[in-house]
Amino acid sequence: MLDLWSRARTIRGMKRFLRILVAALVAQGSTAHAADTESTKLDTVAQRALPCLPCHGKEGRAGPDGYYPRIAGKPAEYLFNQLVNFRDGRRFFPMMNYLAERQQDAYLRELAEYFASQQLPFDSVSASEIPAATLARGLELVKEGDRSADVPACSACHGTKLLGALPSVPGLLGVSRSYLDAQLAAWKNGLRHAKPPDCMATIAKRMAPADIEAVTGWLVTQLVPDGAGPEPSVPTPQPMQCGSIP
Amino acid sequence: MKLRITWLLVLACVLIAAAVLFWPQDHQTGEGPPSSGAPQTDPVARGRDLVTLGNCEGCHTVRGGQRFAGGRSIPTPFGTFFAPNITQNTRYGIGRWSADDFWSALHNGYAPGRKLLYPTFPYTNFTRISRTDADAMFAYLKTVPAVAAANREHQLKFPFNQRWLLAVWRGLFFTPGVYEPDTQHDAAWNRGAYLVQGVAHCSACHESRNALGAVKSKDNPSGGLVLSWYAPSLSNSAEAGVQTWSETDIVRLLRTGLVTDGAGGHQGFTFGPMAEVVYESLQHADEADLRAIAVYLKSFPDIAPPSRQIRPTVAPSDVPVVMSLGQQLYADNCARCHGERGEGRSIVAPSLAGSRVLSMDSSIDAIRIVLYGGYAPGTGSNPKPFGMPPFYPTLTSEQIASVLTYIRGSWGNEASAISPDEVEENMTGPLW
Repeated sequence: MLDLWSRARTIRGMKRFLRILVAALVAQGSTAHAADTESTKLDTVAQRALPCLPCHGKEGRAGPDGYYPRIAGKPAEYLFNQLVNFRDGRRFFPMMNYLAERQQDAYLRELAEYFASQQLPFDSVSASEIPAATLARGLELVKEGDRSADVPACSACHGTKLLGALPSVPGLLGVSRSYLDAQLAAWKNGLRHAKPPDCMATIAKRMAPADIEAVTGWLVTQLVPDGAGPEPSVPTPQPMQCGSIP
Repeated sequence: MKLRITWLLVLACVLIAAAVLFWPQDHQTGEGPPSSGAPQTDPVARGRDLVTLGNCEGCHTVRGGQRFAGGRSIPTPFGTFFAPNITQNTRYGIGRWSADDFWSALHNGYAPGRKLLYPTFPYTNFTRISRTDADAMFAYLKTVPAVAAANREHQLKFPFNQRWLLAVWRGLFFTPGVYEPDTQHDAAWNRGAYLVQGVAHCSACHESRNALGAVKSKDNPSGGLVLSWYAPSLSNSAEAGVQTWSETDIVRLLRTGLVTDGAGGHQGFTFGPMAEVVYESLQHADEADLRAIAVYLKSFPDIAPPSRQIRPTVAPSDVPVVMSLGQQLYADNCARCHGERGEGRSIVAPSLAGSRVLSMDSSIDAIRIVLYGGYAPGTGSNPKPFGMPPFYPTLTSEQIASVLTYIRGSWGNEASAISPDEVEENMTGPLW
């Protein structure tokens, strides 16, 4: 048996050698090597991630109508959780549900890690159209929270720079206001879910619509220095227990 | 007015007479052909394999919900059905059912108390299942944990919400009867026929239905419109027929959901509901059973559906303009993976030249694939499939119609042009 295997390997090896030799003779050496690497290149996670790009932008930046969120550079565990949430019906967006369903955890994790590893500059957003009072209220909520409504500060979990925290808390900057508004509204209305206890659902339900607008208005005006990324760990003490933070 | 009442009375009499005359006989037992694989002696393991092959879980489980607890919506032209809870819960599930009750549901189409079942539950297929196999399925379902999930009422249009009318439907369209082996064929063929006609219920999607939802395969071999997709005909090699495929390639297609390099240049892909069938059911099936299914599918006569005059939806004078728009869109959006001349690219993307899904009379699947993209099912043998982006968010319906018109009319493809209206008609419904 072993003998058969080694012979098969030898034959395969010889065939491969002959193929390369013939190709080299025909194409004078260098192009044969190029063709070989080209066909290997197809079998990559980057090639597999291409279908995400028309919406999530080149290498995972927010794309064409500004709604679809930036996914490049977000913590891998966060992106993985979202793919699983779409697959298992905790988040609802028909196209994402359809793309993620029937895929196994290991593959979704690989795609999440690929996008998490992309580091790209954030786009800046003009603050001129948002009223100063809204921005002031937004800043207050983001940095201090609202004790009377039992709403913690965003920065308490999403980091002082609001760029998220490893392994699973997403950054809040560099995504469009319409996307942020839609997510908070979906949590408030029970259309988006995370692993229980779903702290973001609890927080969104406690927030008045005007406060949601204030927070998202302030967030989209923030400039982000190049090369900045998530904090290495979630700040402590955490204000709430969250199922998605291990 | 008087005439109308008389007419309704006559119709009612005819329907009742039909129900009485053709009321299907009950059967309490029946045996099919033996398994082609290694005999599975443990009824629970055998039942689990059959329940998997029937993809019972697919309909009876809502996305992310508890297995077999029901709740998944099944949209049909008659309204929306909600699959019931079939766990062992005694209030909402089938915890109080006996093996005879289960047999009656599968074989005779009614639940305890002689409650008539809607044929969305494909008892018209399951009636072919042998009593031994039905009992094994029941034994496996007995091991499924009880879930206290209430059932949702079906939301059906009148008159389909009148359950008693099913008596008439059964009289006209249903004959119970276990699969009877055909001695003209060998054991593998018979095993394949038993599975395809019975537990795997392929005809539930792949055959067209009449206005009352009954499969009408005898006089019309075209595929079926189901769950917002078109399930192509298995009796037509220009659609999903596999008459000229090798058995090995058919088994690969059923197990992995795609064949990119089949013998004779065949390629096949599953998407929408069929991708689910591969993922949930067929990838786990016994190799010998898949081979038996392949033997049976290969034996189907190759019948083209009655030639239909395809109503052009795009004025012939407009087609050249649409084609050139489509050509540009193709170069910008599709050529990177599918090749400049639709030749496909290795393992990443199928060739479009000569593609059956693109050339079928029904353009529904081609339109839905461009609208929603999707990945092949992530099966055990293809755990990291390649995918296609949804173009719904980035191209307009005019652009999608143009690019499809170009692809359907290039590189030897000769299918009709697509109008933006046809694209828009497919912007609803579950993606599955």
